[in-house]
Amino acid sequence: MAIPAELRYTTDHEWARDEGDGTYSVGVTDFAQENLGGVVYVELSAEGTGLAAGGRFGTVESTKSVSEMYAPISGEVVAKNAALDGEPELVNSDPYGAGWMVKIRATASGEFAALMDAAAYEAHVAAGH
Amino acid sequence: MTAETALRRTPLFDAHVRLGGQMVEFAGWHMPVQYQGRGLVAEHEATRTAVGLFDVSHMGEILIEGPGAAVEVNRLVSNDTSKLAEGDACYALLCHDDGGTVDDLYVYRLGAERFLVVVNASNADKDFAYMQKMARKPSLVHNRSDDFAQIAVQGPHATKLLQRVAPGEAIGLPRNKIRVHTFAGRDVLVATTGYTGEAGFELYCAPQSAEALWFALLDAGQDLGVSPVGLGARDTLRLEMGYPLYGHELDDQTSGYEARVGWAIKPKKEGGFVGGEALVRQQSDGLMRKLVGLELVDRGVARADYAVLHEGKLVGSVTSGTHSPTAKKPIALAWVPTGLAVNGTEVHVDVRGQPKRAVVVPFPFVTPGSLFPV
Repeated sequence: MAIPAELRYTTDHEWARDEGDGTYSVGVTDFAQENLGGVVYVELSAEGTGLAAGGRFGTVESTKSVSEMYAPISGEVVAKNAALDGEPELVNSDPYGAGWMVKIRATASGEFAALMDAAAYEAHVAAGH
Repeated sequence: MTAETALRRTPLFDAHVRLGGQMVEFAGWHMPVQYQGRGLVAEHEATRTAVGLFDVSHMGEILIEGPGAAVEVNRLVSNDTSKLAEGDACYALLCHDDGGTVDDLYVYRLGAERFLVVVNASNADKDFAYMQKMARKPSLVHNRSDDFAQIAVQGPHATKLLQRVAPGEAIGLPRNKIRVHTFAGRDVLVATTGYTGEAGFELYCAPQSAEALWFALLDAGQDLGVSPVGLGARDTLRLEMGYPLYGHELDDQTSGYEARVGWAIKPKKEGGFVGGEALVRQQSDGLMRKLVGLELVDRGVARADYAVLHEGKLVGSVTSGTHSPTAKKPIALAWVPTGLAVNGTEVHVDVRGQPKRAVVVPFPFVTPGSLFPV
């Protein structure tokens, strides 16, 4: 199970990447995609949507279940991954790359740094969460 | 003791953990929902195109045996078990007096006065108590659930795989037969039944034999593409066939006619059966609702308990739904009023506040990848 060192993580198994320009890419982790099973639809908040940290930014339908996804940080959705409309399985095959979901422009400082780092997330998963 | 430790383990629990099974609670048991590195869709596809192995040891086994057993069984269940020769099996319902369903089950005739009744794990204790209560000779009815493990071998390569483990056995059997075979010196009941729509087997063995049999099948089937299959794919496989799952399409308040398994109800059989008269009345009065297949036209997945709308009005509910791995589209079973149970009827399913267009379609939703005889 991959847990890239450069990303930050939530307890709900979302990841966030600092793009260096005030925006953060967000998706779900390898652990999450494996538990979801085959992803068949991804619904994402529209560009321009304002989100509070912990607010819902999308829904993933898999064969097995439906899961809500929650924003790791507060901000505005400035991009969403349109490729997931036609190829939702990218969430399974490349969760940290082509399976990214939304890009959020942060409106609060310090929230990204407060997320779990890779080591903390690995421990979180190992503890059976 | 926590709820977690109170869950029961099948004899294959350690095997599941070794194979990366994601263990979940189901009907009071620790069961694998899917296996790491495979997953629901891959396990589902392996069953339709190759062969899947399922641990179904959680199912309940009730033995009805002794003088009078044949009459007793036929009075208790909805299908006509007097038609079963030794070695035959049939699907049937256990019914309440009012026609509601206590459980759906399989009856295997092992001898003239010896029947194995296989019931849902969640209902095993309820069924046993009910059979004891309704039987004229309760002493004939024995709960033997702890004495059996059960492994289902399902899919196009099921026969080839079983032949490798038990050479010469079970060739050319049609659906719904049961034979005793010997595996590693122990008796195993080999039944040509299953819950996937595929040809294949259900193997009933002693709990202490289960792990050796499981790994023998897994090892022998590597080049055939054998996969262990969790409860997730077991559910999507049965749903693609439109097979009812107790608690979803059948329950204490639901009749087999409503759930579209009327073919397993024989009210005119000699001696009748418990609940038969109520079912005849229901049939002649006309059904209020019926189970239908739905295919979603809009993007989205209908899940159990989502509302079904017709012309803006609430008319029913989804009982089970998924995205079919075989048909690659969203499918569901749902209750609708009998008048709407017509193929082509357009309805909506309320998917978390969004009405999604759906159409009533016949089921099974897919054609299986294999056919009996095995």
